Amino acid sequence: MTEETYRPQPAAEAAPPARRGRRGRRALSAGRLAEWRLGWLLCAPAALVMLIVTAYPILYSIWLSLQRYDLRFPDDREFVGLANYATVLTNGFWWNAFAVTVLITVVSVAVELVLGMGLALIMHRTLVGRGLVRTATLVPYGIVTVVAAFSWRYAWTPGTGYLAELTTGGATDPLTERASALAIIILAEIWKTTPFMALLLMTGLALVPEDLLKAAAVDGAGPWQRFVRVMLPVMKPAILVALLFRTLDAFRIFDHIFILTGGANETSSVSMLTYTNLIQGLNLGIGSTLSVLIFIAVAIIAFLFVKLFGTAAPGSAQEAG
Amino acid sequence: MAAFGEVTAGRKWRWGVLDALVIALALVPVLWIVSLSFKTPQTLTDGRFIPREWTLENYRTIFTTGLFTRALINSIGIALIATAIAVLLGLLAAYAVARLNFPGKRTLVAVSLLIAMFPQVSLVSPLFEIERRLGLFDTWPGLILPYITFALPLAIYTQSAFFRQIPWDLEKAAKMDGATQGQAFRKVIAPLAAPGVVTSAILVFIFCWNDFLFAVSLTSTEASRTAPVALSFFTGESQFEDPTGSISAAAVVITIPIVIFVLLFQRRIVSGLTAGAVKG
Repeated sequence: MTEETYRPQPAAEAAPPARRGRRGRRALSAGRLAEWRLGWLLCAPAALVMLIVTAYPILYSIWLSLQRYDLRFPDDREFVGLANYATVLTNGFWWNAFAVTVLITVVSVAVELVLGMGLALIMHRTLVGRGLVRTATLVPYGIVTVVAAFSWRYAWTPGTGYLAELTTGGATDPLTERASALAIIILAEIWKTTPFMALLLMTGLALVPEDLLKAAAVDGAGPWQRFVRVMLPVMKPAILVALLFRTLDAFRIFDHIFILTGGANETSSVSMLTYTNLIQGLNLGIGSTLSVLIFIAVAIIAFLFVKLFGTAAPGSAQEAG
Repeated sequence: MAAFGEVTAGRKWRWGVLDALVIALALVPVLWIVSLSFKTPQTLTDGRFIPREWTLENYRTIFTTGLFTRALINSIGIALIATAIAVLLGLLAAYAVARLNFPGKRTLVAVSLLIAMFPQVSLVSPLFEIERRLGLFDTWPGLILPYITFALPLAIYTQSAFFRQIPWDLEKAAKMDGATQGQAFRKVIAPLAAPGVVTSAILVFIFCWNDFLFAVSLTSTEASRTAPVALSFFTGESQFEDPTGSISAAAVVITIPIVIFVLLFQRRIVSGLTAGAVKG
């Protein structure tokens, strides 16, 4: 160690300017190559795992989706082209599940945006008990979805649940009727994920300069004007990120539906439908077709977001640094 | 009217009421399942929020039947192993992303972003078939593999966000003193990076602990069935017995680690989630 700290000055330092320039450039490019190699080496394991576990199965499921392949009748396996897609896309179950998924996604994300904004403001600005509020808020975020779903299910079960008692006195079972069941699924989803939305929005709030708010107040702007004219424009990127993440996340909804209704009474989402076809129906061909269709749907949503909001999306501008 | 930003008693009161409302909304469903888990079979269906009679019978039941204990061990083991691997691989990649310039860096960030948004159900069908063929179906590695994959974006994002805040001049100083890049990383930067690593480990563990879709699709027996799946399949000891009490007790048990994490690491979780999601 001591030997190395007393290393003599590099030769290039002492050399005349002309030679130094040439040598410097060569050293730089060698150094850069080493940096590239180290970068690749460090990223390789993560990149490989991500690619092997996602890219290959997705390609494989495209291949499977072109076959008639039912695990209960493995001998009937054959290549059927796009027949599975025709089956699914002309089937009421798919379109119903698709409509349910879109409904849940749109309603829950819209409500969460409003509630999340309120919650973010509370967590950011409250004068008392800030730590306590943040801690309590993280409970819905962290809790196992299955646990939360059971809590809601029992709360609405006639005879058992406090919410069933409060609303209908336990006369009917809201989980067995389509409209009320969907409402409960959306409610459960909102309770579980609003904190996440609020946390993402809070990063945007933190960027709003306090001086600007004070200046606006001095100029006579009321609270609502300060919010719309000062806060919202600054928060726009954070809002878009939160919307994108939550939309794609809500589109995958599965756990809540599995526990709350099991997909009965036409409350299946596309994820739930895939699970039913694959694990209960053991139909790999149809299951894979559904997988591919969901993948395409999500890709379209993501594409629209990026197209509409451009550079505000993560992964573009700021990511480069 | 109070001037902007002035702290008055009235303001404090209003905030206090709002805070109480938020805390109540966040905790009521959790308290409800706790309450159910302590109810006796006779009072289970009385619809009251607070039990009239308290009992530990439900907890005794789930830990004596063996099914739940086994699932709990699966959950803990699978989540811990997946977390360790994902955080380690994420650490290496995050260091490269935060510190080095190399071609393909943007691609890596873009790929991990795509995976963060990937519809996991799209993988369920092909993985089901691939794992059946490879003999990974219904095994620990069969779940650990997809967990690592979907946790990696989170691990890379949170850690690289933390790494950007480290004073890297220290690394330069260490290199001037003759340390190699590798030594500078291990001896100088790693200790400074520890908070970021811990934060990312907590978030990844919560993610693995929470998963239901893969766990319910890629397992079939108690060999690898995790706790959330096991409890969703609970039935009473006989056909006529209601499993509500047992399910509630099991639900409370798997919530305990989450509550401990939240209580101990509230600040870290908040900063990790926000840093990881927005700053990338």
